[in-house]
Amino acid sequence: MSGCQDGVQPRDLAEQVARRSYGKLVAFLAARTRDLSAAEDALSEAFAAALANWPRTGCPQNPEAWLMTVARRKFLDASRSQQREVGSEDLEDTAEAIEAAVDSADIPDRRLGLMFACAHPAIDRAIRAPLMLQAILGLDATRIASAFLISPATMSQRLVRAKQKIRQAGIPLEIPERSELSTRLDTVLDAIYAAFAEGWIDAAGTDVARRDLAEEAIYLGRVIVALLTDEPEALGLLALMLHAEARRSARRNREGDYIPLAQQDPALWNAQIIAEAESLLHRAGAMKVVGRYQLEAAIQSAHAARAIVGRSDWAAIVELYDALLAISGSPVAAVNRSLAIAELYGPQRALEQLDSVANDPRLVEYQPYWAARADLLARINAREESRSAYSIAIGLERDPSVRRFLEQSQKLVDG
Amino acid sequence: MQYLLTIYAEEAGFQRMTKEQQQQGMAAYMAYTEALKQAGAYVGSNRLQPIATATTVRTTDGKTQVLDGPYADSKEQLGGYFLIDAPDLDAALSWAARCPGSQHGVIEVRPIWSM
Repeated sequence: MSGCQDGVQPRDLAEQVARRSYGKLVAFLAARTRDLSAAEDALSEAFAAALANWPRTGCPQNPEAWLMTVARRKFLDASRSQQREVGSEDLEDTAEAIEAAVDSADIPDRRLGLMFACAHPAIDRAIRAPLMLQAILGLDATRIASAFLISPATMSQRLVRAKQKIRQAGIPLEIPERSELSTRLDTVLDAIYAAFAEGWIDAAGTDVARRDLAEEAIYLGRVIVALLTDEPEALGLLALMLHAEARRSARRNREGDYIPLAQQDPALWNAQIIAEAESLLHRAGAMKVVGRYQLEAAIQSAHAARAIVGRSDWAAIVELYDALLAISGSPVAAVNRSLAIAELYGPQRALEQLDSVANDPRLVEYQPYWAARADLLARINAREESRSAYSIAIGLERDPSVRRFLEQSQKLVDG
Repeated sequence: MQYLLTIYAEEAGFQRMTKEQQQQGMAAYMAYTEALKQAGAYVGSNRLQPIATATTVRTTDGKTQVLDGPYADSKEQLGGYFLIDAPDLDAALSWAARCPGSQHGVIEVRPIWSM
């Protein structure tokens, strides 16, 4: 790392370091005391100090170490003055550890431990993804709140409460033991995927907070894969997110209209990202432990095959959904499976499949279920039923361009 | 850190057991206590008398009200506790999972407020 020569502005440098090192610095500061709020406060003061000082003094040779030194001082001062429930021994240990790390100019990467704390089973499931986005990436509560459709006040209150729980209940900022690793990793991956899914809803990318969220989730996925190299599900999740990302620009036309996967132009898919996803999935497959995310990524991979061979491999897709259903029992998988069935065996059989999960209460408010139903009904000429299923789907959709797409499809039923 | 592991279980369950099952149950708790002591995690523990023996006291506006029965009338009752010393929540949770109470009831794990 170097200082701000070559015309790099102090503000840009601070932003670069924040982007690269924020989570690392928070994780390191909070590792022993588990006091995330204090670590975040100290770090934000350090960044403020950097912005005030660097333009005057020039950029430091090692900005990360500079920030850590300042953050450390603020952190220890605050901890002492507020007499947080931290043993003084812990504080001294922290002080020494930070000293050593700053001296060696090599701050250990504890982000993974922090992620495991954020997604700990003792933390409310709904706040795990927001907590991770804030602790690792430094996103502010307002931005996270708008992406998760929660008021900023409520979001920041929940974040504060979760951080308090980490500190007071003694949730360790550590990678769990081998015997627990895979179950605990699932909760981390689920939280990352939840962040991605929230970001994905606005595929048009008109809502910057949302689009960024999908990118941030991919970044978290990359961190996991870099630090935990032999976990097939982590590779599977990253592959899954990348497959979706690769199709981003094909999901909307120039007018901003929604284009469903089946009608997308494969030439618009990003071949480079697809190749990366494929190679991750290949690596995961070699480990011979199948899981939810690998299966979902494999399904996306079978869709991506259309870019090369001209059509999706529906037989493979149905088989993959069978496996996914067997391990997850998810009604969402059942809905998607029925659409693949329609491609292979026609809409009648697909509807029968869909009927078998129709009573699942989780589907009542699930827009894609109603859209799938409406589409299949239209294909067997059950117009009345199709129109009413479309109406429900339209009523449940919050993305205007998808709503427009559904409205047009509904009109075509009569056509 | 210290954690209080409180055991909530259906009290009647114990009474329904045969004498032999009851002895096995007691032995399991003894073994668990011994394991905690061996690991240096044991701070204290107690088993409570049945809820029929419970009395609740509340003072409002200077007037003390004494009521027969437990505070919360629920399906599962507070039957006892272990106070343990553990480095973090994960360690406390793994002790809670080993507690025989987790098989016939629920263990609530809470950190002690350190002064």
